[in-house]
Amino acid sequence: MNLKLLAAAVVATFALAGTAQAHKAWLQPSQTVFSDKGSWLTVDAAVSNDLFYFNHVPLPLERLQITAPDGSSVQPQNGATGKLRSVFDVELSQEGTYKVAMNNEGLFANYKLGGEAKRWRGKASEFKSGIPAGATEVNASESLGRVETFATVGKPSTNVFKTTGKGIELVPVTHPNDLFAGETASFQLLVDGKPAAGLKVEIVPGSTRYRDQQNEINVTTGNDGKFEVKWPQAGMYWLETTSEDAKTTLPEAKQRRLSYVAVFEVLPQ
Amino acid sequence: MKLSSFKVLVPAMVLPMPALAADLELNIEIPRINAAEYHRPYVAAWIEKADNSVASNLAVWYDLDMKNGEGTKWLKDMRQWWRRSGRTLQMPVDGVSGATRPVGQHAVSFKGNSKALAGLAPGRYTLVVEAAREVGGREMLTIPFEWPAKAQNLSAQGKTELGKVKVVVKP
Repeated sequence: MNLKLLAAAVVATFALAGTAQAHKAWLQPSQTVFSDKGSWLTVDAAVSNDLFYFNHVPLPLERLQITAPDGSSVQPQNGATGKLRSVFDVELSQEGTYKVAMNNEGLFANYKLGGEAKRWRGKASEFKSGIPAGATEVNASESLGRVETFATVGKPSTNVFKTTGKGIELVPVTHPNDLFAGETASFQLLVDGKPAAGLKVEIVPGSTRYRDQQNEINVTTGNDGKFEVKWPQAGMYWLETTSEDAKTTLPEAKQRRLSYVAVFEVLPQ
Repeated sequence: MKLSSFKVLVPAMVLPMPALAADLELNIEIPRINAAEYHRPYVAAWIEKADNSVASNLAVWYDLDMKNGEGTKWLKDMRQWWRRSGRTLQMPVDGVSGATRPVGQHAVSFKGNSKALAGLAPGRYTLVVEAAREVGGREMLTIPFEWPAKAQNLSAQGKTELGKVKVVVKP
């Protein structure tokens, strides 16, 4: 396997999130409600068209950040990356809610060198050295994306929802590990720590392979950044929202692309 | 919601406390199931208020003899009980939890002054019985009853994981 190519494909996929043609990135938990401390959660991490099938590229495990209910960082175990998916285990030794996340921060640039179109991607700190001196028509954009899922042992807790004030973040009104078919859940979305009004949220139930339509639920956040969704049936759900603005951290970047993805499990009544 | 809770409160103010005592008898049938792999079901029985909050936990039968308390792993499969109260409890719960039961009828009775019932204000409640079986199904039955005003002989018939569930209120 060509790791460089793989990494490039994944980065490109992350970068594309938000366009109509985007693939879907996701972390799919084996289950989200546990009654026993010391249980194991196993997670699949991939990018694909279908939910939740492994038919495109895996997500790279280097970006994984697992937060325990007490706020400490947890190391994934038995991590492996195959052609189509990554997989890893998490030992749940505490009571409360865990967050499993992959964060992507990057800078993308198009430029011309001697009349030839070139592309560059990397960290913001590498930008200056990464673009050759003779480059013209440099057009850079910044991206900040999160892919998350949650699992709870015992009583749901909210410590892992502490926000950083950077990019798009989800604040639970209804706890993501307390979702039931036929009930309405409510969440708030923040951009840079402030309630994000007018964000379009797309929610798609899993098992798309076994039906003809996406059956997506489209909602828009209100002035308070909140949105509601009534879960039509039990199952895993994929949620995504994206946003673009000019609030870049680098003067070279003209635009900033933000994305947020979460996978929720909805249980039957 | 407001109105009904008001109605509930009225008798409490009119009747002197000692007159409120009633006993409750519960009979839970665990049906015979022909399965290649049969495990005794986990069963929870509790009393709910109108808003689905738990007024009292009556019984939780689970695999409590497994080493290292591993039987708690499947408590979440009684998913409504788990949601309503199980996840906030520290198992085992004295006087509530017990071992899984075999196929047959299981009678459990509670005295009005027992820990399970003493705190129950007069009013309308629902008795809920939920059963979940490893490698099997799940079923939940609900029986509304009135506490403790009058004698009641109520029942519900399960279809899969539960047989007949009977509730007798004896003022």
